Amino acid sequence: MAQQAAQAPPLALVDVTKSFGSVKALRGLSLELRAGEIHALVGENGAGKSTLVKTIAGVHRPDTGQVLVDGRAAEFHAPADSQRAGVAVIYQEPTLFPDLSVAENIYVGRQPCTRFGTIDRAHMRRRTREAFARLGVEIDPDRPARGLSIADQQLIEIAKAITREARVLIMDEPTAALSGVEAERLFKVARSLRDSGAALLFISHRFDEVFSLCDRITVVRDGAFVSCDPTADLDVDTVVRRMVGRDVSDLFPKTETTPGDTLLEVEGLTRAGAFSDVSFTVRAGEIVALAGLVGAGRSEVVRAVFGVDRYDSGTVRAHGEPLAPGRVKAAMDAGMALVPEDRRQQGLVMEASIQRNATSTRRRALSRFGWLASRAERDSARHWGERLRLKFGALGDTVGTLSGGNQQKVVLAKWLSTEPRVLFVDEPTRGIDVGTKSEVHRLLSELAGEGLAIVMVSSELPEVLGMADRVLVMHEGRVTAELDRSEATEESVMYAATGQRTQEAA
Amino acid sequence: MTLSDTGAPPAPPAAPAPPPTGARRPRRLPQFRELGVLLAVVALIAATWLHNPGFLSTQGVRDLFLGATVLSVLAVGQALVLITKNVDLSVGSVMGLAAFGTGTLFVAFPGLPTPVVMAAGVAIGAFAGLLNGALVTTVRVPALVVTLGTMYVYRGFNHWWASGAQVNAVDMPSSFLELGRVGVLGIPLPALVAIAVVAVVGFSMSRFRSGREMYAIGSNADAARLSGIPAGRRVLTAFVVNGALAGLAGVLFTARYGTVDSTVGTGMELQVVAAAVVGGVAIAGGVGTVFGAAIGAVLMTTITAALPIWQVNGFWQEAVVGALILAAIGLDRVLAARNARKLRGGGSSGA
Repeated sequence: MAQQAAQAPPLALVDVTKSFGSVKALRGLSLELRAGEIHALVGENGAGKSTLVKTIAGVHRPDTGQVLVDGRAAEFHAPADSQRAGVAVIYQEPTLFPDLSVAENIYVGRQPCTRFGTIDRAHMRRRTREAFARLGVEIDPDRPARGLSIADQQLIEIAKAITREARVLIMDEPTAALSGVEAERLFKVARSLRDSGAALLFISHRFDEVFSLCDRITVVRDGAFVSCDPTADLDVDTVVRRMVGRDVSDLFPKTETTPGDTLLEVEGLTRAGAFSDVSFTVRAGEIVALAGLVGAGRSEVVRAVFGVDRYDSGTVRAHGEPLAPGRVKAAMDAGMALVPEDRRQQGLVMEASIQRNATSTRRRALSRFGWLASRAERDSARHWGERLRLKFGALGDTVGTLSGGNQQKVVLAKWLSTEPRVLFVDEPTRGIDVGTKSEVHRLLSELAGEGLAIVMVSSELPEVLGMADRVLVMHEGRVTAELDRSEATEESVMYAATGQRTQEAA
Repeated sequence: MTLSDTGAPPAPPAAPAPPPTGARRPRRLPQFRELGVLLAVVALIAATWLHNPGFLSTQGVRDLFLGATVLSVLAVGQALVLITKNVDLSVGSVMGLAAFGTGTLFVAFPGLPTPVVMAAGVAIGAFAGLLNGALVTTVRVPALVVTLGTMYVYRGFNHWWASGAQVNAVDMPSSFLELGRVGVLGIPLPALVAIAVVAVVGFSMSRFRSGREMYAIGSNADAARLSGIPAGRRVLTAFVVNGALAGLAGVLFTARYGTVDSTVGTGMELQVVAAAVVGGVAIAGGVGTVFGAAIGAVLMTTITAALPIWQVNGFWQEAVVGALILAAIGLDRVLAARNARKLRGGGSSGA
């Protein structure tokens, strides 16, 4: 019963819970966004930040708890309700309409109308120009949104918020794909919005940004509130400790190994427009991490080495033998395996059963006279299910019924059952809960201990720093640093990933 | 790539900021796609006329207009549905149902005024469209499958209703059949109706919020939902309008030919989709205009009329239409690729 409407925060969450099936995404989370303040929300991937954003945006409805607008309880049934309450959300991935013009994108769903009910295009264009002038950018309002850079797309999302006179602006990892200059421009805009009285929520993994930009920092872990303090009272170590909730060494059970023979040599690998002159070697028992920002070309390199994509020049050698380019079969025969980035699209057949998925790499080995033997399939799937501690109802259930973490285990089982010598894992723990995450980490560590060479693409710094023996950092398609476990720190990796040179990352 | 400009004060109207990539360079949305098809029509008519001046006799012009009428009305409706990234394969059956319904009403109630019967024909179509739209939006089954089903259901219903009978011109009032004959300045009335439909629907699609939102839905359905666009309602509207136009096409068909049975419009659905695609409406949604779809329909019916004059064997006609579709899609790809390069700023591709 907050009666002091004048001081009531424009938006607050009180004790919000939200579950998806058996997974609790939010457990009793509270958050208060005040006018004229930039509020940071930090937490590991899977801590519930995206669910929180979607709850504020009106995409998800909380199971229990309340959303307060100006101190009064509000029900957001749809994104439109949230927008009417003055909330604007800038998602990680901009949500523009590529076929519509920039001005139409900004005014979609609320175009200004003339007396006759038709869209007032001149007005729309003028207001768009004004918004861009305020942001200090020049984008033609009449051009289609298709082909704009991520940074420009985000500016359009912000222009949307400005023209809507949003009082609450949520930014979900807006800088993940931006260069330093672009990010700085975004911060300038964010500060000027704050100074004009808006409430901002800023979600980021980059601590330097969080500390330089934000006034208060809320930490969440496993969907629950951990702490909320003014930035001045905090330092990076404290925040990291609260985010993780335990020492990093517990979370990443790295077993020390002595590297063996060189299993994979990549030299001068280049594909125009994607990556250029990438060289590295991986030895048995080693975990090499490919770090960098989203879009730096890491997945592309891995896909090219594994033969999914072509490359223009360079060589790949497995066990000293040159590997034919562009042929997955050759890579598999050479003992390679790739656990792809997007398990739903690239790793699994969601409608097929667990056992069918887990054995789909070995159909030939498991069949007799051309017939797939169900028993062999089942035995193999059961063996790997036990080894990976897969939680499932029956092996015949469709993969779609499993949680994200368990789906990832099925993909791992599918490739581990080919008994590879070199394993590529692309974002192995994206979007899976903390418990399963550490199981995956333990497994990777164990496998490396058994002599497997592992190349891990990861956007999560703690994962990179905790797991890797060596870190290759990529920036805009080039390897900008190769760091040993002892040299790799959050700062040194981030510097190289953003393309800024420091003395040690030369 | 310097960080030097970050020291500026955070005053909102900053000095000309570092020009972002792709700013100020490319011009507006491509509008010449429709123009290209229109030029093709004009060139085809001109060449055929030079080959045989009889092609543009008074009767020849009438036939060209009447031939294009039904297909362009259907193409306009289909364009709406395609723009929302759906498809309606049942239009041929709906048109047949409306045509037979119109004829049957004249037989059953000879006293009914002609406009009422025509409105009933349109209403039959609208209702069939409503059913399609409701199934697509509520059951969340792809429109391709839903309308494939209703295509057979509507046709089957029509066969059962007609049970082999047909309605002849003598059963219809002359005031109705006159509609297919009168004209203004040599343009038959049905063609004028079609032109009016194209103009009204085309204007709504470009100037009304509901129209632009249909483009938005087809362009990025998730973003449309997040933008608070009532996607279900807009898609339903597209299907209802398409159904109503299929109904209108049925009525116009009946007025022109006077004789209808339960097979009217069979096979029409693919011709309609082809016309829309030739006219620049993308199957993937969000792209194209109803003007383009209508011109595409005109091009297809003109080719059909022109081939005999060039003494091309009728057997080749379908192959020509097929080649046209492939050429149109190929052109779209080339234009899209060129456009993408231009929009990205001509520089390096990818990031």
